[in-house]
Amino acid sequence: MAAITLLEAIRQGIWEEMERDQRVFLLGEDIGVYGGAFKVTEGFYDRFGEERVIDTPISETAIVGAACGAAMMGMRPIAEMQFIDFISCAFDMLTNFAAKSRYRQGIGIPIVVRGPCGGGVHAGPFHSQNVESFFLNTPGLKMVEPSTPYDAKGLIKAAIRDDDPVLFFEHKLLYRNPKIKQEVPSDDYVVPIGKAAIRRAGRDISIITYGAMVYTALEAANTLQQDGIDVEVIDLRSLNPLDREAVGDTVKKTNKVIILHEATRTGGIAGELSAIINEDAFDHLDGPIVRVTSIDTPVPYAPPLEEYFLPQVDDVLKAARSLAAY
Amino acid sequence: MAEAKRAKSNELGKEEQLELLYYMLLTRTLEERLEALLKQGKIVGGLFRSLGQEATAVGSAYALDAAKGDILSPLTRDLGAMLVMGATPKEVFAQYLARGSAPSGGRDQNLHFSDLKRGFIGTISPLGTLVAVMNGVLLAARLQGKKSVGMVYVGDGATSTGAFHEAANFAAVQGLPLVIVAENNAYAYSTPTTKQMRILNLADRAKAYGMPAEIVDGNDVVAVYRASRRAVDRARGGAGPSMIEVKTFRMRGHAAHDNQHYVPKELVEQWRKRDPIDQFEKSLKGSKVANKAEIDEVRRRAGSIIGSALAWAEDQPAPLPETASSGVYRDDLRQR
Repeated sequence: MAAITLLEAIRQGIWEEMERDQRVFLLGEDIGVYGGAFKVTEGFYDRFGEERVIDTPISETAIVGAACGAAMMGMRPIAEMQFIDFISCAFDMLTNFAAKSRYRQGIGIPIVVRGPCGGGVHAGPFHSQNVESFFLNTPGLKMVEPSTPYDAKGLIKAAIRDDDPVLFFEHKLLYRNPKIKQEVPSDDYVVPIGKAAIRRAGRDISIITYGAMVYTALEAANTLQQDGIDVEVIDLRSLNPLDREAVGDTVKKTNKVIILHEATRTGGIAGELSAIINEDAFDHLDGPIVRVTSIDTPVPYAPPLEEYFLPQVDDVLKAARSLAAY
Repeated sequence: MAEAKRAKSNELGKEEQLELLYYMLLTRTLEERLEALLKQGKIVGGLFRSLGQEATAVGSAYALDAAKGDILSPLTRDLGAMLVMGATPKEVFAQYLARGSAPSGGRDQNLHFSDLKRGFIGTISPLGTLVAVMNGVLLAARLQGKKSVGMVYVGDGATSTGAFHEAANFAAVQGLPLVIVAENNAYAYSTPTTKQMRILNLADRAKAYGMPAEIVDGNDVVAVYRASRRAVDRARGGAGPSMIEVKTFRMRGHAAHDNQHYVPKELVEQWRKRDPIDQFEKSLKGSKVANKAEIDEVRRRAGSIIGSALAWAEDQPAPLPETASSGVYRDDLRQR
């Protein structure tokens, strides 16, 4: 069995679900004949036809709205945002229709809205964002972001089978990264939404993170090991719901925590996690909860600017050494 | 509840015409009772009357066939369309009184409730959105091999939203069996159509999507029915979406708190003479389709249903406070 990329894992997951379940269909911009801007849906049009792989106008509201309507009638639509940045164009459909429907009228909206997120590829303010914080404050949505091919395939399947709307974030820096290629099982499996994973066990400091930052954390952890600081790395995988148990457990184990994310700082998931740790594990803390995040600006384009904007391994090292001194 | 018979063709028999009258009277009587409840302080939230627009809601919805899986999504001023699809006065009263046994369980207001089996999807407050949702309903029907037609209502105001334009274009490109009923009632809250657009007719918007449109007198229930029926038959036949602009007039303010001082009194008086129910009753008598006694009987029937429904709804308890915390997801997440 060959090792596959994260992109290939997502592609396989969707493909297998479409083979398994006639209710699953795709809609989005340039996903059919062209196979998607990042080629996640390459070959789908030929296999499943234009009724199940729908090329749409550039109309995110109409795309997500159509997904919602089809989901109400028993289908399992997957809507692609060409870049996840453009999900803001469908904000109303997601926050006011999809997220509220089950609560208001008992009708679940089992849709997946997926797309490439994240920076580090010098794509500028409109092709690099992480949008989870926009939606974290909306009860009714779920959000996941895989960091490994295994999780990507298992989570996309879980998202498609979920009875509620799921936003599926795919870090474009990981799509074809050869270093993270993995063999994945050929038999059917899912990774449950809502469960974090321990990527590295450690005793001294916990780094709670997700997406591409998992690898920044792991790299920092290797360096810190040489300093005698033993780091535990938690990959959230699911951003809503957050795995409170896993977060509480790691804090109780190491008593010191860094929350690392690529999304901007203010109103980010780190703030929410910090509150959760206060509520669930305050007595176990031996130091302040530390945030390492992007700065509060749009994502800048020029390489030196973007590098300054994004959390780097050095930022994590600095934060960890300072926290270790407590 | 009367069982809607639905005409088999474009031509309406006596029974069907009396049924149209029944739904218009049911709408008006129900809303009059709601207005009385509002004055007694019993309504939670606002009340949006459809006075003067009963023919547009009833005539259009009557062209659908629930047995074929047809489905509509009304606006708050389309109570008549909901009733035609089988929504009950009990449900409507319970919604407005915010009772626990209301379709939304007290979680949402007025006509914001749905029943996919009976064929209606309640609107949400951001306008134009349900056009996009209805497209998806019809995509699903196509994938499921059904011949359902979708009807979605927008007002003159909603046709200015991005959601409307995106969704109308999407429906056209996909050739979906959609009927857009564009209700031109002259005002969006206080904003006249002249400040909404630089074109005279909402129907003109359809041209931009390569979608045929028809303009019809919204206060003539039979005319609305016939135009809707043409659009529904066309959609079911595979010819794609179309639009019907119904010219009508909002005889009250946006909601009960609004005395619509911004509307010229002469205009209201002109339209009062064109009341859709008065006109239809006159026409039924004039053409000898029904006599006064028969019309009075329809009125009595509507009134009696309203009376018993209200008695039931007033007896219903408010929702239990703790029920607020469940039902966001299929499997509830931890709340606190």
